[in-house]
Amino acid sequence: MNLKNISRTTRQNLVTYAIVIVAFAVIQVMSAAGMLSNSLTGQLIPICSYIIMAVSLNLTVGVLGELSLGHAGFMSVGAFSSAFFSVAVGDALPTWLTMILALLIGTAVAGVFGILIGIPVLRLQGDYLAIVTLAFGEIIKNLLNAFYIGIDGSGLHISMKDANALNMDESGRVIIKGAQGITGVNRMSTFTIGFVLVLITLVIVLNLIHSRTGRAIMSIRDNRIAAESVGINVTKYKMIAFTISAALAGMAGALYAHSLATVVAKKFDYNTSILILVFVVVGGMGNIRGSVIAAAILTVLPELLRSFSDYRMLVYAIVLILMMLFKQSPQIRSFCASVWERLRFGRLQAFFDRKKAQNTKKGA
Amino acid sequence: MEFLSNLVNGISLGSVYAVIALGYTMVYGIARMLNFAHGDIIMVGGYICFIVMTSLGLPSIVGILAAVVVCTILGITIERVAYKPLRSAPSLAVLITAIGVSYLLQNLALLIWGSDPKSFTSVVSMEPLRLFDGSLVITGETIVTIVVSAIIMAALTLFVNRTKVGHAMLAVSEDKGAAQLMGINVNATISLTFAIGSALAAVAGVLLCSAQPSLLPTTGAMPGIKAFVAAVFGGIGSIPGAMIGGVLLGIIEILSKYYISSQISDAIVFAVLIVVLLVRPAGILGKQIREKV
Amino acid sequence: MALLEVNHLGIVFGGLHAVDKFSLKIEKGQLYGLIGPNGAGKTTIFNMLTGVYKPNEGEIILDGMNITGMHPEKISKAGIARTFQNIRLFNDMTVLDNVKVGLHNQVRYSTLSGILRLPSYHEKENIMRGKAMSLLKIFGLEDEAYQKASNLPYGKQRKLEIARALATNPKLLLLDEPAAGMNPNETAELAETIHFVRNQFGVAILLIEHDMSFVMELCEKIVVVDYGSIIAQGDAQTVRNDPRVIAAYLGGE
Repeated sequence: MNLKNISRTTRQNLVTYAIVIVAFAVIQVMSAAGMLSNSLTGQLIPICSYIIMAVSLNLTVGVLGELSLGHAGFMSVGAFSSAFFSVAVGDALPTWLTMILALLIGTAVAGVFGILIGIPVLRLQGDYLAIVTLAFGEIIKNLLNAFYIGIDGSGLHISMKDANALNMDESGRVIIKGAQGITGVNRMSTFTIGFVLVLITLVIVLNLIHSRTGRAIMSIRDNRIAAESVGINVTKYKMIAFTISAALAGMAGALYAHSLATVVAKKFDYNTSILILVFVVVGGMGNIRGSVIAAAILTVLPELLRSFSDYRMLVYAIVLILMMLFKQSPQIRSFCASVWERLRFGRLQAFFDRKKAQNTKKGA
Repeated sequence: MEFLSNLVNGISLGSVYAVIALGYTMVYGIARMLNFAHGDIIMVGGYICFIVMTSLGLPSIVGILAAVVVCTILGITIERVAYKPLRSAPSLAVLITAIGVSYLLQNLALLIWGSDPKSFTSVVSMEPLRLFDGSLVITGETIVTIVVSAIIMAALTLFVNRTKVGHAMLAVSEDKGAAQLMGINVNATISLTFAIGSALAAVAGVLLCSAQPSLLPTTGAMPGIKAFVAAVFGGIGSIPGAMIGGVLLGIIEILSKYYISSQISDAIVFAVLIVVLLVRPAGILGKQIREKV
Repeated sequence: MALLEVNHLGIVFGGLHAVDKFSLKIEKGQLYGLIGPNGAGKTTIFNMLTGVYKPNEGEIILDGMNITGMHPEKISKAGIARTFQNIRLFNDMTVLDNVKVGLHNQVRYSTLSGILRLPSYHEKENIMRGKAMSLLKIFGLEDEAYQKASNLPYGKQRKLEIARALATNPKLLLLDEPAAGMNPNETAELAETIHFVRNQFGVAILLIEHDMSFVMELCEKIVVVDYGSIIAQGDAQTVRNDPRVIAAYLGGE
C-alpha cells in the first residue's frame, strides 16, 4: 500500500519528464527530416520559455494560491539583465560561458527582484495582491522603457533622458536605449538549451512540491490559519515560493532574450502575464504537467490556425471561453455527461439487441 | 495657472476613470468577479458612436444613445452566455473567461473595423472656456466630461441608495443567499448591474474618444486597467471609493506627466497605488474583513 | 509549577468585554473541560491562547514562558496545538500530508536538500512517514492516508485534525468541540481515544464541548464561563451542582 502510493507520485512525475523528453526527441527528428515549417522552428525557443514561465507561475498561483498578474515583469528583468551582460561582454568570453553566465545572471537578478517585490506584495491578500503584482509588472515595463544605460572606461552611466545625456567618453557604448531596448543581442539560445532548462525547471518545481517546503507552501494555500496553528512560518514560505517562481521566470527571460536580436520592454507587458496565466489555468491549477502541455499547445495553436489568418486570434478567444465553460460549469458538464451517457447506453443497448437477435437466430 | 490647468485636465481624465471604475466596482461587489472585458466595452462604445456619426452621418446624440444601447445589450449578453454558467466556479476560472471575452471583443473589432486608427469626431461642440484673460483655457470636452461624470455619479448614488432596485443590488452584494430568501431575483439583479456598468462604459468610451480622438481595437485596454486600479485604490466594491479613486488617479497621472516625466507617469500611478495599499490594505474606503476563526 | 497559567485574561471587541478576567491553571497531563452557553466566549479564549487574537489584558504563561500576544506560529512552537470549531484541514492535500505538515517543526531538512533530493531528504521523509502513519493508526485513519482530506466523512475529518495537532508534539492540546456532529458510538470511541492520547503522549488537554455527559465523564476539572467571565470552576460534581451553572444553562434566575 505504502510503496505503491509513493511510487504513484513518482510515476506521475516520471510521466511528465517522459512527455517532455519524447517531445524533444520527436521534434529533433522531424527537424532533421525537414518536416518543420520555418515559422514552427522559430517557435521552439519561445515555447520552451513559455513552458518555464507557466510552470513557475503555477508555483505562485496553483501551489501557493496567490494570483499574480505581473509574472512577465520578472521575465523582463531576466531578459534585460542577461542581455545587458552578454552585450557588455561581447566576445571577450567563449560563447558557451557567456550563455551560462547570462542565464545565471538573469535568474539571480529576477530572484532578487522577487524578494524585493515579495516583501510588500505578500503582505496583501487576494485581489489586492493580484493588482499590486500587475502594478509592479507595469512599473518594471515603464522604467525599462525610459532608461538609457551605457558603459565606458569609467564604468556605468545611467540616464532617463536620452543617449547623449549619458556623457560617456569615446570608448562608451550605449547598451540599453530606452524604448528601443537592447539591440545586437547575440542569438545564442538553442532549442537544446531550452529543453535542458525546461527539465531543470521541472526537477526544481516537482521536487519542491513533494518536499517539506512544498507541503508547507500548499498548507498556506489550503488554510492559512490552520498552517499558522501548526507552526508554519507563513511569510517565509510565501517568500520562498514567490522568489523561486520569480527566479525561474528570469531564467525563461534570459533564454528568450537570447533568441531575439533586440530585446524591448514592450514584449513583457501585462498581456504576456495574462497569456502565461491562461496557460496555467487551462492546464490546471497546481498541475505542473498541465502547464507544460497547455503552454506548448497554446503557443503553437495560433501558428496552426494560420490558415484562418485573420480569424485565428478570434478562434483562440472562443476556444478559451468554451474550454472554461466546459471545464467549470456544472450545468454544461452535467448536460454533456447525460448526452454521453445516452450515447453510450444507446450503443450498448444496440449491441445487446444485436446479440440477442443473433442468439435467437442460432437457436432457430 | 499652469498647475490649475493641469489639475482641471487631471480631474477630467479622472472622472472618466471614475465612470469606468464604477462599472468594475459594481460588478465586483455583486458578482465577486474581476470583469476584465469591461475595458473593451469602452472601445465598442467608441466604435458604435463613431459609425453612427461618421458613416451614417447622424447627430451625435443618436451616436451616444446607440452606443449606450448596444453596450448595454452586449454587457447583458456576455454575462448570460459567459459568466452566468460559472457562478459557482472558482474565481480564477471566471477571470480567465473574462480575459477570453476581452480577446474576443478586441479581435472582433479588429476584423470589423481594421487595425488603422479611426479619427473620432468629438461629440462636444462647446467653445473652450477662457478664464483669467485667456491664461487658463479649458476645452469644451473637459467641461462636458466633468459635468457628465458628476451627473452620472450623483444619479448612480441616488439610484443605489434611494430606490428599491438599488437596495436589492446592495443586498445581493452583501449576501446572495440571504437576498434570495428575501425574495430578491438575484439573476435579474446581476444582469441589471452588468447593464448599468456597460452603459456607463459606453458613455466613458464616447467621452474618452472625444478627448483623445484616435480609435483602435485596443483603445479600451489601458483605460480599463487604470480604472481597475482606481477601483482597487478606492476600495473595490465601494461606489464612492471608485469615484474618489478614479479622480485621484487621473490627477496623479496628469500631474506626474507634466511635472516629472511623461514616460514614467504610468509607473508613478502604479507606485502610488502600491503605497496606498500598503498603508490601507483594503483601499481608501474599503472595509477590512477579519476572518472568523 | 503548573503547565499553563492564565491570569486575568481579557479582550474587548468594539467596547464589549468578550472575555473578562479569565484565569486558569492546568497541570501537566490534565484533562480540563471548558464549557458554557453559546456565545459565552469559549472559542475567543482558545483564540487568545493560540495567538489568533491578541488579548487586551492579562498574561498567558506556558511552562514558565510568557507567550501573551505572541504570533500563532511561535505559540505552536512553544507547545500549544489546537483544533477548530469549523474544521480547518488542508483540503486539497492527502490525509498523510496533512499530518506531515503537522510534523513540519519536528522533522526538518532544508529546502535545498528537498529540491536536490539529498540523502537527508530520503532519511527524514522516511522518519516523517513513519511518525505520521503511526499517528493515523491511533485514529483509525491509516487506510485513508492517500485520500484527499476533503473526501473524508465529517467524523474522520475531526479525528484527522486532532492527529495533525498532535503531530506538532504539543504540551497542551486545545480541542474545540471535538465531538460535534458525532453519534453516541463515535463520541464514546472519541472519549477513549482522548484518554489514550493523554496517557500515551502525556499531553494536557483543554476541550470545549457541548455534550455534557462527555465532558463530565472525561474531564478531571471543568471551568464554566458565561458572558466572558468564569462562573464556576472545579471537578464535575462541584460544577454540576453549582446554582449559577444551572441558571446559565436553564436560563433565568
